[in-house]
Parts: sequence; structure tokens; C-alpha cells
Amino acid sequence: MNPHVRRPQPLPADHPGTPAPRLLTLTIDGQVAQVREGTSLLKVLQSLGIDTPTLCWAENLTPVNVCRICVVELEGARTLVPSCSRAAEDGMVVHSDSPRVQAARRTVLELLASSVDTSTAPQMLAFMARYAADGQRFGPAQAPLAAGERDRALAGHHHLGDGQSAATVAQPVKIDNSLYVRDYAKCILCYKCVESCGIDAQASFAIAVAGRGFDARISTEHAVPLPESACVYCGTCVDACPTGALMFKSEHDLRQAGQWRPADQATTRTICPFCGVGCTLELTSQDNKIVRVTSPKDSPVSAGALCVKGRFGTVFVHGVAGEEGDEPSSTVP
Amino acid sequence: MDLRPISAAATAAETEAIDALLQAHAPADHAGRQPEFPVGFRRARSQRHLLLPGLHALQLRCGWISPGGLGYLCKRLHVPPADGFAVASFYALFSTAPQPPLAVHVCDDIACKLAGADQIIDDLKQQWDPDASPQAAWHRSPCLGLCEQAPAALRIESGEWPREQAWGHVTSQQLMQALQGGAVPEALPAPLPQDRKNLKLLRRIGAVDPASLADYCAHGGYLALRRALELGPQRIIEEVAASGLTGRGGAGFPTGRKWAAVAAQHAHPKYLVCNADESEPGTFKDRALMEGDPFLLVEAMTVAGLAIGAERGYLYLRAEYPVALRRMQHAIDQARAAGLLGADILGQGLNFELEIRRGAGAYICGEETALLASLEGFRGEPRTKPPFPVEVGLFGQPTCINNVETLCCVPDIVLHGGAAYAAIGTKLSAGTKLFCVSGLVQKPGVYELPLGTPLAQLLELAGAGPLERIGSVLLGGAAGTFVRGDDLQIPLTFEDTRKIGATLGSGVVLVLGAETPVLPLLQRLAAFFRDESCGQCVPCRVGTVRVQELLARVAGAAPLGSWSEERFRLQELGQCMRDASICGLGQTATSAIESAVARLGIIERAAAADPIAGGIA
Amino acid sequence: MVLLWGSNARETHPIFFHHLIKGIHNGARLFVVDPRQTPSAAWAERHLQLDVGSDIALAHAMAREIIACGLHNVEFIGRATSGFAEFARHVEPCTLTWGEAMTGVPAQQIAQAAHAFAKAQRAMICWTLGITEHKNAVDNVLSLINLGLLCGHVGRFGSGLNPLRGQNNVQGGGDAGALPHKLPGFQDVEDEAIRKRFEGAWNCAIPPSNGLNLTQMFDAIEHGALHSVYCIGENPAQSEADAGRTHRLLKSLDHLVVQDIFLTQTAEMAEVVLPVSAAWCETDGTVTNSERRVQRVRKALQAPGEARDDIAVIAELARRLGSDLTPLGSQAPPDPRDLLAEQLWEEMRSLSPLHGGMSWKRLEQLDGIQWPCPTEDHPGTAFLHARLWQDPIQGRRAQFSAVLVSAPAEALSQEFPLRLTTGRHLHAYNTGVQSDSYASPLNRGESLDVSPEDAESLGLQPGEWVRVRSRRGQVSAPVRIDPGLKPGLCFMTFHYPEQVATNLLTIDATDPKSGTAEFKAAAVRVEKLAPSADSAPAAAGGSFGSAPH
Repeated sequence: MNPHVRRPQPLPADHPGTPAPRLLTLTIDGQVAQVREGTSLLKVLQSLGIDTPTLCWAENLTPVNVCRICVVELEGARTLVPSCSRAAEDGMVVHSDSPRVQAARRTVLELLASSVDTSTAPQMLAFMARYAADGQRFGPAQAPLAAGERDRALAGHHHLGDGQSAATVAQPVKIDNSLYVRDYAKCILCYKCVESCGIDAQASFAIAVAGRGFDARISTEHAVPLPESACVYCGTCVDACPTGALMFKSEHDLRQAGQWRPADQATTRTICPFCGVGCTLELTSQDNKIVRVTSPKDSPVSAGALCVKGRFGTVFVHGVAGEEGDEPSSTVP
Repeated sequence: MDLRPISAAATAAETEAIDALLQAHAPADHAGRQPEFPVGFRRARSQRHLLLPGLHALQLRCGWISPGGLGYLCKRLHVPPADGFAVASFYALFSTAPQPPLAVHVCDDIACKLAGADQIIDDLKQQWDPDASPQAAWHRSPCLGLCEQAPAALRIESGEWPREQAWGHVTSQQLMQALQGGAVPEALPAPLPQDRKNLKLLRRIGAVDPASLADYCAHGGYLALRRALELGPQRIIEEVAASGLTGRGGAGFPTGRKWAAVAAQHAHPKYLVCNADESEPGTFKDRALMEGDPFLLVEAMTVAGLAIGAERGYLYLRAEYPVALRRMQHAIDQARAAGLLGADILGQGLNFELEIRRGAGAYICGEETALLASLEGFRGEPRTKPPFPVEVGLFGQPTCINNVETLCCVPDIVLHGGAAYAAIGTKLSAGTKLFCVSGLVQKPGVYELPLGTPLAQLLELAGAGPLERIGSVLLGGAAGTFVRGDDLQIPLTFEDTRKIGATLGSGVVLVLGAETPVLPLLQRLAAFFRDESCGQCVPCRVGTVRVQELLARVAGAAPLGSWSEERFRLQELGQCMRDASICGLGQTATSAIESAVARLGIIERAAAADPIAGGIA
Repeated sequence: MVLLWGSNARETHPIFFHHLIKGIHNGARLFVVDPRQTPSAAWAERHLQLDVGSDIALAHAMAREIIACGLHNVEFIGRATSGFAEFARHVEPCTLTWGEAMTGVPAQQIAQAAHAFAKAQRAMICWTLGITEHKNAVDNVLSLINLGLLCGHVGRFGSGLNPLRGQNNVQGGGDAGALPHKLPGFQDVEDEAIRKRFEGAWNCAIPPSNGLNLTQMFDAIEHGALHSVYCIGENPAQSEADAGRTHRLLKSLDHLVVQDIFLTQTAEMAEVVLPVSAAWCETDGTVTNSERRVQRVRKALQAPGEARDDIAVIAELARRLGSDLTPLGSQAPPDPRDLLAEQLWEEMRSLSPLHGGMSWKRLEQLDGIQWPCPTEDHPGTAFLHARLWQDPIQGRRAQFSAVLVSAPAEALSQEFPLRLTTGRHLHAYNTGVQSDSYASPLNRGESLDVSPEDAESLGLQPGEWVRVRSRRGQVSAPVRIDPGLKPGLCFMTFHYPEQVATNLLTIDATDPKSGTAEFKAAAVRVEKLAPSADSAPAAAGGSFGSAPH
């Protein structure tokens, strides 16, 4: 997003120049909380153990507050406020689960579910169950658009039917490289991929939100395929995607083959075998094969990011493609 | 930044257009070869604001933003190509697909619709064969701000000598001529139907030559700046605060408080931004001011810059106002030549520079944070507040953003004192206010009235006929409210309109007849918000589509479930959009529609096939 | 302020560079010193494009400018350093004009960098192989240390001298004593008291003098002093400079044992190959990253076939040679394959004071700890040398070094007029053993990158195959034109040895102290191939054929 808008970044607590933090007192759902100045409402809610749904927020990204599902009611404010990006202020009185909050969250989920394929978004499905959201209430879904149709939409122009079916973002999946796929029929436009590709992590700026309104979509310049774009395949966007719209090719292929079996998978936290930075890897393995490499957001070193080598290059342990079984064949002492 | 350039090459015309623009703004690149990765992040960031002017240059020169042209622009400005495309594709007046060099934008928004725009568009559909003529194309357009001369159109011809012309009282014959490359009539100045002696803010319009600084000075111009220099920043702000002046763009925030807040910031530099992105359907008052009295705005901005401590001001002007652009640019150039802008103004050590930046067809850019993002060269996406622009505004610096009308009120306040201004109007709504009257009235135009004047009196002045013949009035614009019956008697003040759940908004007064079908207008409003939503937040991005679909079902008399279910669905959508949208666009997008449902009983009437509802079925 | 010197971290340490970019975004200043206009340099406020090998001259010129302008930290220098007066005299002739002549960097840019560095509240110098892959690597580093000391940019949060480690556990290998002159925890082999401690713990005699580093080993092979090599996890046949010589020497060995996860080219030359599991995902253990953070690696997969853990192989080998490597305080397992990494670590930290406080549990809980961490209540150490700010200073003063300027070993000549420097691509890693196996869309294979000016004067077209010849060997490679190169400089990687064996060209002139070869500066010439040669020649020069990618 706009890098001119710089929110003040608190110095690390152990930084010698950090002044003693000012403590704020606020009331959340009747509980009194004391927090350091600069804390977001979401952090306050989390510290009180109040489970607050989020879709576009992530620990390692600048809040963009676009999904609007983390909104809470702030006494004295005209509208609900996004807890992810609203800083706590002294004396605030906040209601995190009022009927107004519940209604807003439910309708937001219904709007998303009515326009997006949520089949690989377990988190969203859980939220929908929690708020009894009905994705069908705006009518049956419109037929999917042809490949590239949404990419060509021009700002300020649209086609409207008779309203009997609900417009969606359904479209064919984009497969233009061997490492990951883009299924924008599942995209809720949370901006996490754009942020990951931007200043929050990779800073390659290969993708951005193009178009406007309901036609807004994640796009490269003039929607060129990824190999023609600035993408460096760090995969940080894939890791960040909350709905499976971006998916590692390895996972996509296994799912297509009906061989994606979460019950048979294990995840292991380890360290990347390439350069000396020491990024944390989370390996998902199935049938003794690495099927997905993710990066924990809480890693003190890599904070959710990896480069192409750590993300995709680690499959070397399975041998060079096409040379499986071609392991060293000498005798063991 | 290590950016990957677009491989497509720019044409000679494209490089020429961009080079010319950048030459005017930046020193020539150092001699010798261009390095592949030319600069660091900081310099890239410092040039980003030229992206929007660069895209304008490409669009006006070539009729579209080609990959090669975009690639060259991005390379020169060190903007990531994906970012450049994201910005280009945000604006309705930029095309990222090839287009004929001649484009005619035909307004079919609410005021023009009432004046028969649909018929004209039907004629065009029949008479104009797009395949037969690759040289020209026409498009439907949202409000062009010529509502008092509806229906209106805007003709944009790109090329080496681009031309932009807007005009009103459009006929289908004129449109066919325009598409064939023929001449079109000049737009008329906005009529001021009132008795001139009652005008304060508008008093010079029509009485002075808008191209003449001397004429402006002969009519009291630049006395306020001299007075302001005597007063100094502190006292100017005190007078403005004492005047009770509030923002005329719609939000009604006290101007003195905003100025004081910016002046109190320690960070430097500070910026002044004039919001001239007048895009609220039915609004044309700022156009009247800029076209008729451009020096007033220049003087007002200079005073404001002095007061808040800003040495640079930007006038963000909507692209659909070619005449205002010419007049304002001329006025700025004249003022600069006369030492009234630039360094050491009037030899008093005051520095103030003023620059026009054009929008490119995006209603959302009238929202202040979206406007700032647009000025900075990003997509016009609003952001959440706080922090407010007075603290973190343009380029992250303290920024004062005021509407054209608000600023234009300042010179009189400085000259005659805040108390004199506060004496006009009511206690809570001081001063006079401009109203944009259009629709079914005999004398459409800009009216200036003391706040507190009853709506009925304004309607009478405008020749709306007997109140009982009025079906309803859309007050405040697309984001406003339909009022009727007894409510037509309300005093036009911020507080009185608020009491009945309405708003003065930008001063729109669109009058509907007793037989005017309302649903087509509501559908146009819904389409407007769908088109103009930036798409950032879910409630607005998807909500505006669902509202439009819902209205289509109402108009088609084919509700999903029962009629009351539709009503309930609309209420829930409206509540969510009001509560959870990021900015005012989403928060007010259902305001007029819901008021029509509540006050005019539109859903019940549609269910009963009442022609006043006016469904398409 | 960050001074990134001889490092293309954007491509070689991408996630470190993320942190840099965040810093730049928040207002930090970045200056890059590099002979090439790298993607890293593209983020810099100023890029000092020096001639290859002129680093000391540049550092001296900056130091001289800082002293001449009185920007050095007199208080810090007086309290915490020694040798300043001699150093100041030593660099006195190194004026900006001299610097410009010696380095090719405009005097004004040298001054800008010097002033920015000296005036910064906090400044850090980061470097990688651009500094250390030279025959005077240690002197290069010392010249950067001089700059840090001069301004007191050491021993404080956000300051310091930061060599970015190139491999994921090169630091950890050092921690564990895999250095010819150190025991675990960087304790000197030649210090008798320390040696005694280890001998007591291990119940064996430790050779009392320093061993050989890799370069010295090859010299020893050449002089007949070394006959047998046990090579673990290294591929010198492809990674060493002057590959022709390396091959010859490896072949001359009486006995070569290679322990690796792949049958590398070195392994192919071995009498015995010991297949092992991949340490980072098929075993448990620790690695230490560039910021001295000891981190846990964990077993996620079963190793294929007969491959065993390195630990198990070494322990079994020791057992057959009559030694028991069971960690101190543990029971010997019946099968050495069951040796636990945790027990080994406990032994390590009992003998290395730097790691003393890093219990296995704490490593888990804190997600890694930076040494020194002497006790279990110690949080670890984010930056070193804070003691230099104690008043009065505790311990040794930091020493200025009046190092001498010297040119690369191989001067350019009429016969070999171009300077070849080497580096890495983002998607690939070293000799490609680990990075060849995935289908990266970024992989464009090896190329000889030349400046547009040289391409024009030599009449080269992009994609055209040419012969590159040095005094040691020749290879064929396709041409790529890189406007980020200065005339006279060309660039190759060594990621694709099967395609182009770049190290046939590089020179093995090495630093006497660190043993690193001068990969960054060879003299070469570029020859056009016969007209028919727009497709790859069948068997181009050297012992490796070149193939189109």
C-alpha cells in the first residue's frame, strides 16, 4: 500500500533508546485492561483472550484493514472500528461482541461467501459457522467468467444482469509456472499477497491490486504471466494467502489427484539449508516427501518470509528430478 | 529498487509525451548511459507523485496506456510496473486497452437522466455503428458537473494536439457530429439566477473577466491577502475560527479548528490541498467558482498557506472540468507573474507555490485520504483514520485539505472579520452556502443563500412550482437523502437537516416531479456506487453490487423470496455498509436508496406496480 | 546507516535484505560498495562502484577524509583503541583525489560515504565474499574494522561489523571447532590450559599445534605431505579455484573418503563414499546462523536407503578405530545410530563457555539463542564488544591496523585484458548440488556477463557463445550484456559446473591468514568462436563440455 503513510513504529522493548512506555487504561467488554501506548485494539483483545476473527491481518504485515471482519464497537464512534489498525487510547470503552458487531461480521462473511469460492479456506468456513452466516442469501451464483475476462475489466464499466443471480469472481485457475498456481476464484482481496510482495517482506512489487470496485483484482502489469513479471518466486504470498487462492503447485497437483491427505501429514520446524541467515522452515511432509514449505510468522529471523531457495529448492533431498533412487551407492562400513 | 522493467518498447510519441512532462518537473538525467537499476528507494519515492501526471500525458497523447508507454513511464519514475498498472487501471478516464483516439463521454447520471439522457443514449445506440468507425467511441459517464444544463457530454480527443471539451443541452445530433470529428458548442457558464445584490461569495462571477488579474483587483481582489499579511497566521486562524465557517464539501468540520490543528504541528513541510474533485452527482458549485472567479481561489489558498505555514499547495481538480482547468492555470500563471505566488510574495517574505493536479475519473478521490493517495501517485484508496491528515497527510506530512467553496469564503472573513461572517446564517451554521439546483425546476443553477433559509424558499426561487407538485427532492447528492412533504419546509442548516436524518452534503438540490419514476434514479445511484467503489473493503466492494442486484430485482418485480425479505436484506446491507466500510463512500452508498424506500415507499410501490416507482418491467 | 561492502545480499542473503529494506523504509540510509551494479546497489542512496580489489584504498581514503574533517570519535578512540596515531599517519597520504585514482570512485562519492558514515548516530558495515574472496582478505576486513573503530560504530545496538555468512552452518562449524586452530567455542588449540581441559574431558591426547586449512591441505598434497583425505559435506572438485589443479591433486591422493548426501563430483573420485542423511531435515541437531544464533534443526523425513546420520557414521568409524565417542555423562547406546543430538549438545555446552547457558530446552523455548550465553539465566547477546564502551575499558583495547594497499594477484595485461569476477544468482546456490533439482523459472543458466561497451568493442551479441580464457584454463559460455558492469569487468557464477566450469578460470592465490582464494579477481580474455558457433560447441575447452541450457 501507500508507503507514505508511515505508522509510528515502536522501538523494540530492549532497545536502549526506548523510553518507558506510557500505560493506557481501557475497558473491553466490561474488563479493564492496561496496555502500552501504541498497542492495537486487536492486540488488547488477544491479550484478554477474546477470540477476534481476522482475514487480512497478519502478525508480520502492516494492517490494511480491508476485510472488516475484526471490527468492534467503540463508544462514541459513529461507525464500528477495525481493531487490527486502531490504536488503543486512554479511556476507550469497547464492545467486541455486541449485536451490532455480530451483524456486521455476519454480513461481511455473507458478502464474501456469496462472491468467492471458500472451499479451501477452513478459517473462513469456521467463522461462517460461528456467526451463522449464509452465503446463499443473495441468490444463486452467476456462471463463472471466461479466462482473462476479469483481467480486462475497465474501471467505471460493468454489466448488470437482472439481479436473479449473484455476481462472483469465479474464473479458471491460472497455471503459468512450475512452482505455484493462482486460483483467483478463491480470492477475497485481503491484500496479504500484495503486502508480502511489497515493502513488508519481499519488496519485488510483482503484483498489485488493479481495477476498481468489484472488478478489483490481483494482477501483474497488464496481467502478464508470472514468468514475464517481476516475481522471484519467494512464495511469501502463497504462505500468506488465507483462502488457498495461491497454492504451491505441489499441493495443487496432489489435491487434483485426490492425494492431498492432511491426516497423513506432519509439520516439522527446522532451519533452511542454504545461506547463513538461518530462516525458519516449516516442512509439511506426506509419504516421506516434503509437500509444502511454509515460514512461521513468529520466527525471529525470517518472520514469515523465505526466498525461492528455501521455499522451493529444498526438494533436493528427494534427489534430482528424474533421478530418484540415484543415491550414493557405496558400501557402509 | 531492483525493478524488472517491462520488455515492450515505447513508441516515439509515448517517450516524447513523458519526456516533455518530466522535463518540466525534474532535472534531466545525468548524461551517459542509463543504469539498469538507477536509484535507491528514496529517490524513487520522491518521484512517485509524477505517476498520475505521467499517465495523463500518455492517455492524452495516445488514447490509452500501452504496455510500452507504461513501461517507459515506470522506468523513468522507478515505479514497479505492476504498481503503475494498478494505478492506471484505477481511473475511469484511463484505458489500459487500445481505444479510438476520440472519446465522447455522455452523462446519464441522475440530473441528465431527468433531462432525457436515456433517450439520447438510445439514439446513439441506433445511429452510431462502433465497428464502422475505429476513430471514435462513446461511453456512458457519471455526472459531469453540468447538471444545470443537462444533459451533458465531454469530448476528449487524444493526439499531438489533444482537445477536451464539455458542453450541456446536448442533442443526439450534436453527439453524432462530435463522434465524426465535428465541432461542438462551448459550455455555458453556470447560471446564477438570483438577484446579484444578494450575492456575497458569487458577487464577482459574471461581473469580472475571469482571465484578468487587474479586473479581479479592481473588484476588491487581493485586499484580503494584504490584510492577512498584516494579521499574521495566528490572527487569521482566530478570525476563521470566530467566523464559525465549516467545511462546505459535505462533512461540515469547523475550518478554524482544522487550520489550528495543522498550524500546531511541529513537522515540516506542511501542505495545503484544495479539494476540487467535485464529483458528487448533482454538484457544480465549485465549477462555477473556478470558472467565474479563479483568482479568488488562488488568493484564498495563498491566505490559507500563510495561516497554516504551508509553502506548497495543490489544487486537485477533477478531469471532467476542462474550462476550470484552463482558467485556474491561467490565474495561477498570472498571479505568479505578478509576484502573488512563488517566493517572497508582495515583498513580505511569504513563500507559496501552487500546482494543479488533475484527477482522472474517480469519485472516490473526493474523499480526503483517497485524494492524498491519488496525489502521491498511488491508487485512490481511502485509509482508516486516525491518523488524520492534519497530522499525517500528503507525503506523510501535516496537511490541510479544504473544499473550493470553503477556501473561497476565507478572503471575506479575513477582510471583514470573523464576527461579520458569523452574523450571517444561524448560530450553528454560519455564513452563506451555495446550492446546486437542478432537475424539474425552471431556473436551475447555483444559488447562494444564508444558512437557515427554508428549503421551500429556495425551491420557490428556482421555480419549482407549487410544493404539492413536487414529488421529492434529493438533498445532498448521491450520498444524500430524498425528502418530501413537510420536510420541504426545513431550514437549510447542518443541524436541522441532521435532525430529520438528512444532510446538506455538497449542496445538491435535485427536484423530482410528482410523476417522476424514482426506481431508474435509484438504479443509477446504485450503479454509480458500484462503479465508483474503490474495491478495497468488503462491505462496499461486494455490498454495492448486492444493492444494485437487489434494485434490479425490485425493478423487475421479481424479488428473491418475499418483498419484505428484500426490504430486510437491503436494511442489513445498509447497516453493514454504514458500520463497517472504511470511508464515507461505502458508509453512505445506501443512504439515498434507503431513504427512498423508507420515505417514498418505493418497494411497496414497485410491488404494487405503481408507475411512480418506475420499474423497468 | 548501513554500509554494505562487497555484498549482493539482495540475491545472496534475501531475508537479511528484507530487514534492510524495512530499515530503509523507516528512514535508514544505505550505501553500497560493489564493482557491479547489483540489485542490492539499486536500493542504495549511493553506489560506490569501485574497481575490483581496491577496497583497502577506498577504506583508507574514507578514513583519511573522516580524520581530516575531524569527524572521528576522539573520546572513543582514546579510551578503547590503540594504534590510532600510527594509523592516522599511515592514511594521511590517502586523499580523496588519491582515492579516486586508486579505486575509480569519484572523490565526491567517497567523501559523501565517509561523512554519512561518520555522522550517523548508528552505523553498521556488512560485507560478504567481495571482501573475503581476495588474496588479502584479512587486510580487507581489518581496513573495515578501522572505519568502525574510527567512528565508534562498534559495540552498540544498531552498530558494528557484520560479515554475512554464506552457508547455513559455516558459523556453527566454527562454533563446534571445525577449524584448524580452534577447539569448540573458539578456544585456541595451542593454549595448553584449554587443551588440557579437553583432553581431560575426552580422555585422549589432542595434537598441540594448529592444523591445516583447505588451501594449505592442497599445498600439502602438492608437496607430498598429505596422502589421505576424509571429506565431509564439501565438493572441492567443483568449488575450489583453479579447478584443473584441484582435480590433479585430488587424483594424486592415496586415499579419499567422501561423506555426503549426494554422489558429488568429488565423491566420484573417492575410494569410499559414505552416504549420509540431510542434516537439516533428516536428523536432529543445531546450526548457528550469521548472527551467532544457535538454532534447532529437526528430523522431518526418513533418510533414504542406507544413508545414516553424520554423527552415527563418525561414531561408528571411531568405534572401529578403537575410540568411543559417546557423549560425556551419557550411556553408550548399543548401536551408535541411536546417539542423540541432545546428548552431544550437552557435551558441547559443558566444554564451550560461549554456549554454556544454552540448554536444549531453552533453545526450543527461545527459538534460538545468540552466543555468548554463558549461563542459563543469560538472554543471549544481540551484539558483541559492548565492553569497548565501559569506562575504564575492561580487557584489551581494539587495535587499528595500518594495512597496506595491494592490487589483485593477477594484473591485467594485453593478453588477458578483462577482469573476471564471480558471484551468485538468486535462485541458485554454490555449485548447484542443492539448487539444481527444482524447476526455477528464474534459472537462465550460466552466462558471461559483459558491459555494453566491451560487447561492442568485441563485437559480441547477446546469447552468442564465446570462449573465455585465463592463464589456467578456458571455458565456453553464452554472452549476456549487463549495463550494470563497468567497461573492463565481466562476471560469471559457478552454479552450473556441468554447463560451464567457471573455476577452471579462477585463480588460487590465497590469503595467507584465512586461506581463502581470490575468486573475485582473475584476468581473462574473451574470444569469439568460429562463425558457425551460435549453437554451443560440442566439447568446449577444459575438462567439462559446455551445453546450451
